[in-house]
Amino acid sequence: MTTVTSEETMRTDYTSRLKDHGGLIALAIILVFNILVTPNFLHTQTLAVNISQVATIAIVAMGMTLVIATGGIDLSVGAVMALSGALAPLIFLSDFGQAYPVLGLIAALLFPLLAALVCGMFNGIIVSVLKVQPIIATLILFISGRGIAQVLTNGNLQTFSNPEFSYLGTGKILGFPFQGWLALAIACLLFWVVNRTIFGRYLLAIGGNERAARLAGGPVRGVKIGAYVICSVLSGLAGLIVVAINSASDAARNGNLMELDAIAAAVVGGALLQGGKAPIFGAILGAVIIQLVKYTLLANGVEDEVALIAKAAIILAAVYIQQARKE
Amino acid sequence: MAPLLTMTGIKKHFGGVPALRDASLEIEPGEVHALIGQNGAGKSTLIKILTGLYRRDEGEVEFAGAPSHLSSPRGAQSAGIATIYQELNLVPLRSVSENVVMGQEPKSFGFMINWPEAHRRTREILSRFGIEIDVTAPLGSYSTAIQQLVAIARAVSMDAKLVIMDEPTSSLDSSEVEILFGVVRELKSSGVSVLYVSHFLDELFQICDRVTIMRDGKTVGCREIADTTKLDLIAAMLGRNADEIEAEGLTELAGGSAAFDEVVLDVDHVATGPRLSEFSMSLHRGEIVGLGGLLGSGRTEAARSIFGLDPLTSGTLRLNGREFKPAEPSEAIRARIAFLTEDRKAEGIVPDMSVRENLTLALLPSLRRNGQIDREREKELVSEFIRKLGIKTSHMDQPIRELSGGNQQKVLLARWLATKPDILILDEPTRGVDVGAKREIQAIIRTFVDEGHAVILISSEFEELVEGANRIVVMHEGKSVSELTNPGITENALVRALAHHEDATP
Repeated sequence: MTTVTSEETMRTDYTSRLKDHGGLIALAIILVFNILVTPNFLHTQTLAVNISQVATIAIVAMGMTLVIATGGIDLSVGAVMALSGALAPLIFLSDFGQAYPVLGLIAALLFPLLAALVCGMFNGIIVSVLKVQPIIATLILFISGRGIAQVLTNGNLQTFSNPEFSYLGTGKILGFPFQGWLALAIACLLFWVVNRTIFGRYLLAIGGNERAARLAGGPVRGVKIGAYVICSVLSGLAGLIVVAINSASDAARNGNLMELDAIAAAVVGGALLQGGKAPIFGAILGAVIIQLVKYTLLANGVEDEVALIAKAAIILAAVYIQQARKE
Repeated sequence: MAPLLTMTGIKKHFGGVPALRDASLEIEPGEVHALIGQNGAGKSTLIKILTGLYRRDEGEVEFAGAPSHLSSPRGAQSAGIATIYQELNLVPLRSVSENVVMGQEPKSFGFMINWPEAHRRTREILSRFGIEIDVTAPLGSYSTAIQQLVAIARAVSMDAKLVIMDEPTSSLDSSEVEILFGVVRELKSSGVSVLYVSHFLDELFQICDRVTIMRDGKTVGCREIADTTKLDLIAAMLGRNADEIEAEGLTELAGGSAAFDEVVLDVDHVATGPRLSEFSMSLHRGEIVGLGGLLGSGRTEAARSIFGLDPLTSGTLRLNGREFKPAEPSEAIRARIAFLTEDRKAEGIVPDMSVRENLTLALLPSLRRNGQIDREREKELVSEFIRKLGIKTSHMDQPIRELSGGNQQKVLLARWLATKPDILILDEPTRGVDVGAKREIQAIIRTFVDEGHAVILISSEFEELVEGANRIVVMHEGKSVSELTNPGITENALVRALAHHEDATP
């Protein structure tokens, strides 16, 4: 038996507390700073703006968290957003969509998500059946997905006026943006999936020890494909929200660099890149922190480029805390 | 002549667990010296100390007439100790020449690599071993045997005085083995010593001069090959008395398992690859069949073939009379087969998950209720097994990595018992487990078969095998070669059976 000295115990306590609550502590610091410094921070308007912007990051980050939990990564989320965002206006602006507005609207919601699902299947199969490293496998759609979206739209910006569709990005329930509620609902659903279902248990087991999970009869391929599919469908949904917010679809910009924000949010939220952990609400926390840092710097007149550096610093801090835990 | 290498009184602990208690090794210049021992005897730890990967806790090392610290791989290398590993540490995409001269390239004008000279030198070294190949081709385009020889050539070019070969023939075919032996003899005649680690005893009699035997972290003997026999070596490795075995005479290996008449599993000439080429056995209800054999004899591969881990290339499995072809472990589990792996860390536990989650991992499909895991039933099951198997854990949600090895093993055993299997395959069920837990695990296995189920037991501990099994299928080089049946099962009979087949190998 090894004896642990009190000093070591204290250190472990300290680092584990930092690991468990690091995100919340960071959030508290940012909030206090903003309340003191940023003008009008406690205004409901400010809150609404931040919620509407954080929702897309959070939705994608939750999907990313599931993929990371299997020990994988998905670089194609931004490209899938562009693809699904490009498809929606194409559908409801088509002759069919104009002739049957209701059917057109339903199709404009369903088909892009279906396309995203196919993208997820593609990623999942390449990773789990062909055993290609996730970073390379998802690089394929990272590169080609946005290309396909731009080809579909001839590289044009598609603008539209469709209030029903735009509700997705501009609607409000109880004064708060619709997509905020949507993100919250998805979080509750995924939390249940991860913690209560057999799929969730296998997901964590595969990330924790894939060979052990397989020997225990775990459907390794199916679960991995499932994680990539969920991640892609959520990305597709986020793509639709962005288009709805802007009442315009720009395949070149929709979801640009989203993969980095999503990975950062997942990691800040406590996901381990080697797999085995899927903190869904952590992903939301991570997304909120990243969004608030962006907003704080913007509201205080700091340039966008500097915001990128701040984002990097957050990731660095999150990774440091993870490393400290391992030792 | 003074020995080239003398290691005496070497001790090494890993976190309180002794890996080497008292190891010694002496190698003469120009000698081919074998090192043998069962799994866990301490061979690889000793080699890692010799090559500077580990630091010894205690003991003396003298190399080439001077005390040696061997504190780093680089230091050992420059002292003249070269190691040829099973997984070669060469660069397959670069040319043969580059691999041989790497780190000591011939230069022209002091900064450019003189390739013609490098090729010439490489060809010269290789031709000493009778190998003529295109040295400008990438190393990876050649067979494993050639790659291994290139690694040896590299060692020679670095003026190695001692070349360590760790299981060098395990991936070679018989003609390649002959080429390798030629190289070993050439090394010997040029005064280089070779430390030859292998579990193929026949090979030792072909090329080694002396053999050092290790058991339980100690060196238990050093013999002249000419004065020893395979039976003697196997007995020493296992800690048995060779004379006693000899005196006992041939045991009648009469067959017939009258008490067990209901066949549950019938394995007929199953092969999955080079490591399992012909495996046949039958298993009856209420019976424990042991798989006996030395390291590398194909016991684990035999278990994997039944559990759907390695696809069959030929032969058939019959489960309760019906043909059975599992492509995945999940299919085997559905057919009520369970497999406790020998490698608890790599294939058994999910370290960050709780005792509860680890225990029910193989059981999840049957815990489904309304689309989710039936948590009440899960908890009931887990507490039942914690109680029944006496698993020591502070609570069922404690991470399994915090448990002792014996308790982790009990959780894994519970994982499989909970699936209510008909056939339980146990690969080294008590390895790395303390004596108390070992007795408990053995009692659990006994209860399981008494309930009318069947067990296939793999163990390197002959005592466990002999005491536990109703019948022992002896494996040798990927084949099931004979069977011991009660009342003929004794440890000595098993050692004899193994030695017999070692002798029979051409």
